[in-house]
Amino acid sequence: MPLPTGDIVGLMVDNLNKRGSVFPMSARKSTRWAKGLDIPRGGETVLYTGAMYQLLPYIISMVRLLERVEDTFLARYVFLGRFANRFVNLSGLAAHPSRAEVDKYDRMLQNVAGLLQQAGVQFGYLYEDDLYAGALAYDVGVDATLAAHAERVHATLRKHGVRKVITLDPHTTNMLRSVYPAILDGYDIEVQSYLEVLSEADPAPMRCIAEDVVIHDSCVYARSEGVIDEPRRLLERAGYSLREPRESRNLTYCCGGPIEALFPKKSHEIGAERVAQLKETGGKQVTTMCPICLASLAHAADGSIPMEDISVFLQRAYCPVMEQAKARPPDLLVSSPSGRQ
Amino acid sequence: MTSKVDLEFAREVATSEEFNAWACMNCGICTAVCPLGIDLMPRKLFRYTVLGLKDEVLDQQSAIFQCLLCKLCEENCTADVHIAENVRFLRGYIDREVFGLDADPAEGKEQYAVAYR
Repeated sequence: MPLPTGDIVGLMVDNLNKRGSVFPMSARKSTRWAKGLDIPRGGETVLYTGAMYQLLPYIISMVRLLERVEDTFLARYVFLGRFANRFVNLSGLAAHPSRAEVDKYDRMLQNVAGLLQQAGVQFGYLYEDDLYAGALAYDVGVDATLAAHAERVHATLRKHGVRKVITLDPHTTNMLRSVYPAILDGYDIEVQSYLEVLSEADPAPMRCIAEDVVIHDSCVYARSEGVIDEPRRLLERAGYSLREPRESRNLTYCCGGPIEALFPKKSHEIGAERVAQLKETGGKQVTTMCPICLASLAHAADGSIPMEDISVFLQRAYCPVMEQAKARPPDLLVSSPSGRQ
Repeated sequence: MTSKVDLEFAREVATSEEFNAWACMNCGICTAVCPLGIDLMPRKLFRYTVLGLKDEVLDQQSAIFQCLLCKLCEENCTADVHIAENVRFLRGYIDREVFGLDADPAEGKEQYAVAYR
């Protein structure tokens, strides 16, 4: 039996209405990445994560669970999970990502903060008020629920006197820059992706990285937000040679991620198709610029080709060596990542 | 098979002027480029919608929610159809009419207020 769409969408809506996110997580977990970075609270310009990178390890864990339920008799009982979730945050209890996975995504956020600081960009962070922007609610079409949530996000931004937000992922960028103005009255927040901010700041790289990288464009960045040239400019300036798959730039091919919670097998098939296209380039490593793309493609590739978020590649070129050591993948760390915080 | 035509259906789906399924010329480019490879998506779906074939649309609930909203079809569309938005509106209709979701945004505000304020 396929997964019941109505119950899973319903669970997301219940969570957004009751707990402020389609996949609720504590403020302690979502702000952990910023510990020790001394980012000021609030300010006219803030780095806005929308908790997307932080959520990914938990979403991945939940999707692996759903993969085991899809096409089995257990799918019939998902409605019970939705019922129980009204009283207990079941989605939070069911997801158990590894510490290494959580650290990996936190480190991407630290990379971005380090890159902006290195480029001389002044910004603050809203910490526990850095709310999820509602991308998944938008995707599943629950527009009235989304509008109510967007009002909460807007009110929070206004409460802190925010005039401009710097976003990290394409979905939050799209929500805050293209969707919110269409559904909220009086919304006038300026929104830029950190890739656009960095590209404009044009920082000088600290070292030249003479490596080939296959670039995977995010559908949302490329086709909805026009963020195509900025990542290329930043990577090439740092010395990387880019390899473009046959479906690239505004004709990029989806990673399959948007449907992973509802149709895990189909999502995996599309991810595998994209991985094959990326491998056809002959490149030995891939960069993504969306945490959902990274999770979907890495799952589909199953270790057959290394994949990293673009912030990892940029950080290696544009940040000091000390920052670089902190941002390395866990398997390259000399000391245990658990001792980092 | 006899199909019942519901003249109100397209109007109920189109909750915003962004909905423009009727602009589709049925050329098939969208279907050709769709990563999902579902013959139905999205042109036939839009034809069913504008013709008021509500039952045919509702039978395709799975395909409607499988759409990736990746907009590869839209990028190649010759008629400037807001394909992803149109699919979202169909999802919204199913959310309200089949799943019983999203009917009352005030209810969401109230739940959140009780839980967090």
